[in-house]
Amino acid sequence: MLQDKDRIFTNLYGAHSPFLEGAKSRGDWDGTKAIMDKGRDWIIDEMKASNLRGRGGAGFPAGIKWSFMPKEPGEKPGYLVVNADEGEPGTCKDRDIIRHDPHKLVEGCLLAGFAMGAVAAYIYIRGEFYREYETLQAAIDEAYEAGLIGENACGSGYKYDIFVHRGMGAYICGEETALIESLEGKKGQPRLKPPFPAACGLYGCPTTVNNVETIAVAPTILRKGGSWFAGMGRENNTGTKVFCISGHVNNPCNVEEEMGIPLKELIEKHAGGVRGGWDNLLGIIPGGSSVPILTKATCDTVLMDFDSLKAEGSGLGTAAVIVMDKSTDIVKAIARLSKFYMHESCGQCTPCREGTGWMSRVMDRLVDGEANIEEIDLLLEVTKQIEGHTICALGDAAAWPIQGLMKNFRPEVERRIVARKLEQGEGASASPEAA
Amino acid sequence: MSDQKEAFVFNDEMEAKAQNYLARYPKDRSASAVMPFLDLAQRQNGGWLSQAGMDYVADRLGLAPIRVYEVATFYSMYKLKPIGKVHVQVCTTTPCWLRGSDDVVGACKDVLGIGMGETTEDGKFSLAEVECLGACVNAPLIQVGDDYYEDLDATSAKALLEAFKRGDEVKPGPQVDRQTSAPVGGAKTLTHVEQG
Ligand SMILES: Cc1cc2nc3c(=O)[nH]c(=O)nc-3n(C[C@H](O)[C@H](O)[C@H](O)COP(=O)(O)O)c2cc1C
Ligand code: SF4
Ligand code: FES
Repeated sequence: MLQDKDRIFTNLYGAHSPFLEGAKSRGDWDGTKAIMDKGRDWIIDEMKASNLRGRGGAGFPAGIKWSFMPKEPGEKPGYLVVNADEGEPGTCKDRDIIRHDPHKLVEGCLLAGFAMGAVAAYIYIRGEFYREYETLQAAIDEAYEAGLIGENACGSGYKYDIFVHRGMGAYICGEETALIESLEGKKGQPRLKPPFPAACGLYGCPTTVNNVETIAVAPTILRKGGSWFAGMGRENNTGTKVFCISGHVNNPCNVEEEMGIPLKELIEKHAGGVRGGWDNLLGIIPGGSSVPILTKATCDTVLMDFDSLKAEGSGLGTAAVIVMDKSTDIVKAIARLSKFYMHESCGQCTPCREGTGWMSRVMDRLVDGEANIEEIDLLLEVTKQIEGHTICALGDAAAWPIQGLMKNFRPEVERRIVARKLEQGEGASASPEAA
Repeated sequence: MSDQKEAFVFNDEMEAKAQNYLARYPKDRSASAVMPFLDLAQRQNGGWLSQAGMDYVADRLGLAPIRVYEVATFYSMYKLKPIGKVHVQVCTTTPCWLRGSDDVVGACKDVLGIGMGETTEDGKFSLAEVECLGACVNAPLIQVGDDYYEDLDATSAKALLEAFKRGDEVKPGPQVDRQTSAPVGGAKTLTHVEQG
């Protein structure tokens, strides 16, 4: 188990003050100027050495992303945009960072922004997080007052601003280009890529979008060294990670653990185990609602990192672990996610707009077995038609949970169809392979 | 109806906030302030956006009114019709549903005597179903105004709403003995943190 001395978010649960004095006593803002004095290249090299992969879901290496920003200041200013839209079902880690350790994020904004030559950071926080917004804004105000950011950030001679922008209830604004549109005062509809934000982002300027956790771990990495971070976890899956464990466990919680911790150990050590014991487990969605569910057999041994979960046909995503015990109506659990994606589609691509609605209606019928066996393959075919054929990854996110359900729990879906037909006296028409 | 015709202007408190928001964006990018301005207009207007409020925001930011309506209709937190003074939002997405959000929905309907999307006759309460609120390890939960009330079940949800009906204040956060997102029974980590 990870030791407390290697934990980054030492106030994850808010046991202590989130504000400047408390934050400093936990090591934040210690030697920030000295880090800046080492220069942009040093910071980016150290981040590359840490092998930190983005914590927003896709896992793109942070240091490499930062290096895409223009080396020399051009005509247009550069921006860092921090994604605090946190809306992927199961995920609630950025909330804890913001309300309990906001100075890690504020200091991270300065160091990341400095390394990429940005003039300012915009933190886009979901609208429902109003109290969290108040805490974050208070932390930023304190940082300005103390001269840590602003005209002469930390006495480094670098001018740097941090602004907060509140969302107003739209999951799609978590997608980085939708977020930029929203920040510009428009509907949050994703843009076609390319151009990528690093070339043409906020206000047409070079922009890097990173998740809250990605930015908030940076100061500690730069203080303790990239090799310290890289020494935890596994190759290419380094460091620590905040996991969110929800659903049918005895004690749901957030916890920072080492990357690559076995899923079973994570749940048993930190969340009090599965309700009714490990053998009562049905399946787990390991990385937020978008990633395919795992069966118990896989959960027995799988490690919690990007590559291990990918090898099992799922993903680490946001590391939101949604646990379901044997009492779960698994079809309903996934059907509710289909409804979520239908509700959250921004509607600009036909396959996603029409497909998410259609899939949700079929999934709702499958809950009671109100369908024909052939419709399962038709449904899978539709998920394939959506996947990869839309402007943003919401289409994929809507397709994967259904694909995961059919891959791992198809017999249960078929059983319901057959049972319903039998109930209605149509047993003869149910296809034989499902009986 | 009459309030639809009346001109809308930010009061002093909202105007001060509006200036603070405007200062966050480059001078030639004031369109970025449309979201916070609409939020202020909504707060000043008792939780919903009137046509007058939207037109005022358009005028203040030099935007075509249609651009502002587009934004107001896109985001779910803008309400285009009046809602109850106390707006109760129940999260029913899968992680909350797994931990009994159906019971919380039932309790809300029972105590308030209204269905989803409805407002009580006295205009005091309204009830809505919402998607993941980003607090899933404290499921199931409801949002009331700007606050979350977490770790509910049928009994505690009933008690909570009865308290709101009486006009009592209830401390937001977990409604069981628990420190924020730490496991019930106490944190198992961060027990050795040096802190001044
Ligand atoms: C539909 C959709 C929703 C997303 N929501 C979020 C979110 O709430 N927070 C987040 O950090 N990334 C979200 N992302 C991923 C972002 O587009 C982007 O990849 C991420 O913010 C990059 O940060 P990182 O490199 O630090 O991981 C979402 C992506 C999609 C397609
Ligand atoms: S895939 Fe869906 S959410 Fe994404 S841009 Fe297209 S319609 Fe919008
Ligand atoms: S599912 Fe209810 S808060 Fe996430």
